[in-house]
Amino acid sequence: MTQKLVVIGAGMASGRMLEHLTDTDPGAYDITLFNAEPRGNYNRLMLSPVLSGEKTYAQIVTHDEPWYAARAIDIRFGEPVVKIDRRNRTVVSASGGVPYDKLVIATGSAPFIIPVPGRDLPGVVTFRDLDDTDAMTAAAAKGGHAVVIGGGLLGLEAAAGLRMLGMEVTVIHLMGHLMERQLDPAAGYLLQKDLERRGIKVHCKGATKAILGDGRVEAVLLEDGTTYPADLVCMAVGIRPETRLATDAGLDVARGITVSDAMETSDPAIFALGECVEHDRQLFGLVAPLYDQAKVLADTLLGQPAAFRPVQTATKLKVTGCDLFSAGDFAEAEGREDIVFRDPGRGIYKRLVLEGDRLVGAVMYGDTADGAWFFDQIRSGADIADKRNTLIFGPSAGTADPLAAVAAMPDSAEICGCNGVCKGRIVQAIKDGATDLDAVRATTKASASCGTCTGLVEQVMSLTLGDTFQMPTAKPMCKCTDHTHEDVRRLIKSMGLKSIPAVMQELGWTTAGGCASCRPALNYYLIADWPLEYQDDRQSRFVNERNHANIQKDGTYSVVPRMWGGVTTPTELRAIADAADKYNVPMVKVTGGQRIDLLGVRKEDLPAMWADLNAAGMVSGHAYSKGLRTVKTCVGSEFCRFGTQDSTGLGIKLEKLLWGSWTPHKVKLGVSGCPRNCAEATCKDVGIICVDSGYQISVAGAAGMELKETQPLALATTEEEAIELTTAFIQLYREHAKYLDRPYKWVAKVGLDWVIAQVMEHRTALVERFEVSQSVYRRDPWAEHAAEATKWAPMADLTLEAAE
Amino acid sequence: MMIDIGPLSDIPRQGARVVKTPHGCVAVFRTATDQVFAIDDACPHKGGPLSEGIVHGTSVTCPLHSWVFDLNTGMAQGADEGTVATYAVMVEDGRILLDAAWLRERSAA
Repeated sequence: MTQKLVVIGAGMASGRMLEHLTDTDPGAYDITLFNAEPRGNYNRLMLSPVLSGEKTYAQIVTHDEPWYAARAIDIRFGEPVVKIDRRNRTVVSASGGVPYDKLVIATGSAPFIIPVPGRDLPGVVTFRDLDDTDAMTAAAAKGGHAVVIGGGLLGLEAAAGLRMLGMEVTVIHLMGHLMERQLDPAAGYLLQKDLERRGIKVHCKGATKAILGDGRVEAVLLEDGTTYPADLVCMAVGIRPETRLATDAGLDVARGITVSDAMETSDPAIFALGECVEHDRQLFGLVAPLYDQAKVLADTLLGQPAAFRPVQTATKLKVTGCDLFSAGDFAEAEGREDIVFRDPGRGIYKRLVLEGDRLVGAVMYGDTADGAWFFDQIRSGADIADKRNTLIFGPSAGTADPLAAVAAMPDSAEICGCNGVCKGRIVQAIKDGATDLDAVRATTKASASCGTCTGLVEQVMSLTLGDTFQMPTAKPMCKCTDHTHEDVRRLIKSMGLKSIPAVMQELGWTTAGGCASCRPALNYYLIADWPLEYQDDRQSRFVNERNHANIQKDGTYSVVPRMWGGVTTPTELRAIADAADKYNVPMVKVTGGQRIDLLGVRKEDLPAMWADLNAAGMVSGHAYSKGLRTVKTCVGSEFCRFGTQDSTGLGIKLEKLLWGSWTPHKVKLGVSGCPRNCAEATCKDVGIICVDSGYQISVAGAAGMELKETQPLALATTEEEAIELTTAFIQLYREHAKYLDRPYKWVAKVGLDWVIAQVMEHRTALVERFEVSQSVYRRDPWAEHAAEATKWAPMADLTLEAAE
Repeated sequence: MMIDIGPLSDIPRQGARVVKTPHGCVAVFRTATDQVFAIDDACPHKGGPLSEGIVHGTSVTCPLHSWVFDLNTGMAQGADEGTVATYAVMVEDGRILLDAAWLRERSAA
């Protein structure tokens, strides 16, 4: 008698398995096929083109009614199996029981629903089957706003489809960049840019807090307080294996149904395949391994020995116009090397990962034509030693262009910020006969003022003149790039680059993620230029700024609370003394900037100590920052018999205005009440000496490795004017100086005359821009971090573990 | 013997956290691509806490004097010479597992 085979689930894996089985031995089994969906096998991968309207359901059906009929398969579509009765070898559905000799479970996976309030509201959908797709198409017909939660493969395909149907689409993604499983941050950045170009808004690092709505979905609320209006919410955060039937039947189930190499479950009469299984502690979501499983299971059912071995998989996104490819293993590891190629002009990023002389992984964006070729190299494990130098260019090698970033700039991009000269104007001047730098300066004024754009002007000349122009060599920012700090600052502004991955891509960084030298600099430049858009990257900061305290030689920290203008109170002093006692501070010292330093504090004690100091009304003194440190004052006219103005009051006003701001290097101020200069103002970054007629403001002093007296900037007649000029000077320094140049170094490079001219001419605008930045950064970091004390302690303590 | 020291999400990407042991602290790193490494939290140069360094690729730069170590091998890079001990560590179901056999060995010794 022919054996009875029952299959639960008509997905892509079981469909392929039935093909193999019936093609090889049509009479081997009497087959019954159950499916909870009221339809048969179709190509689930093609649901996104169905959603976007590029394909119809009929076009993606893989097995139609005549196909099943020809194989005498008893189809039970729309009939969910409710139970597997292993003792009687019967599966139970609404219409009764069907006996089996062999059973195949292919229940696939179910979308993961994040447990937030409002998840059950009408209008919240998933993207898994044709019903979901139809629901989304219907919703999109009414137009309005759609929010897709999840920026992985499925979520982005849903987003692109909904956008093509005319909805306003926002993608919320928990991680720092899109498709983080398949892409590195650089490729993720390019993908986001492409999606944004087609009108899809992307919100990374966004955690959904609740789905809001009265009776049906109206909006999505994030943990950071952002709210997006939504007429439709599509949850696409991931899938989990659908194992309920197997669990109820008492089969071994881990995350998925556990199967052997032969696709056998813990019951020798029951087999499983597809997204519902777990093989060798691995789950499967892409189609290639599922098809391999189908072949193996067909063989097993026909009594042929076969073993499933997971293979390398490659990923492509099925969104028209987004060209990405990822394959193999592109994590960094011992003995692995990267080859990175970027073409900013064409939005191309390619990264190959080599292990010895073999290619083990590839990530590509923008140009994936060679994807299949690279995938072949990965799978075959071919020795690529001899073609290593040109490997990144694929089977047909070409060359990279170091001037690509400047070549990609549009003619309207501003190169010289001082004189407002754009690229097109410089190109025109060169074509009109200005063939050396002085001639370009004379005819366009580009690089004729502060001179920081000289490198860029030279690159434009090189591009326009070709080989006839000799490029002078300038010191690049670090080993990751050929650009100088000045060029990078200028390009961030003129190209509107607003994230670290954006800078690295558009300026052709030669490493995948930068180094310990360029990342802190880029983080500062982006903070300074885009205070409202850019989010500080804590992991790109040196230890002191990351931990808001100064690390000492033994790994402890020093804590310096702010004392505005160097003025304190008995209450503050008591709180400092209490904190010193409570946390066993080994040394309390008065600093040169008129503050009190608590030295030798353990890292895990920092948050509690900050909370105690906060409670007494004190905030961070930023003694650790490349930012505003201290304003040192003397007692001035308030108490001193020589004082001409209220230097203490002015110092406090300045400090309350400037604190919290980030600058290229540290900034210290001094305000003295008379020319006796007790506050030692004339060796500070900005020094103010009060005189009878007003305030002498001088800048660019130093009293460290070098000793420099300040140089006069201006004489202010009122306190307001002194504050305005000081702020304008600091903002100019923030916008132009190279990272880690103190003001005296920067002023020496650009010239005091230029600085004075800029401050005088643009003081109002400079002050306004400073205020915009301070709307974000004038706040106490201690208060923020004190609330997360656990993050400052060791993550585990194994000192007890070993004693057991 | 692998000991569960906590969820991967407790360590920020391109960051590190410390695990205390009777033989000193171990720094557990998480890279931009979610790889995890464990090395001694003391630079052989002047004892700097490597857990506080900037993580780039699979390297870390010591916060005190900028020595750079390869997290795979524990070897100092470039002109500097020195090595820190590395420990087996893995991630399973989002939990970080640290090999603690060496702890026993050393405490027995």
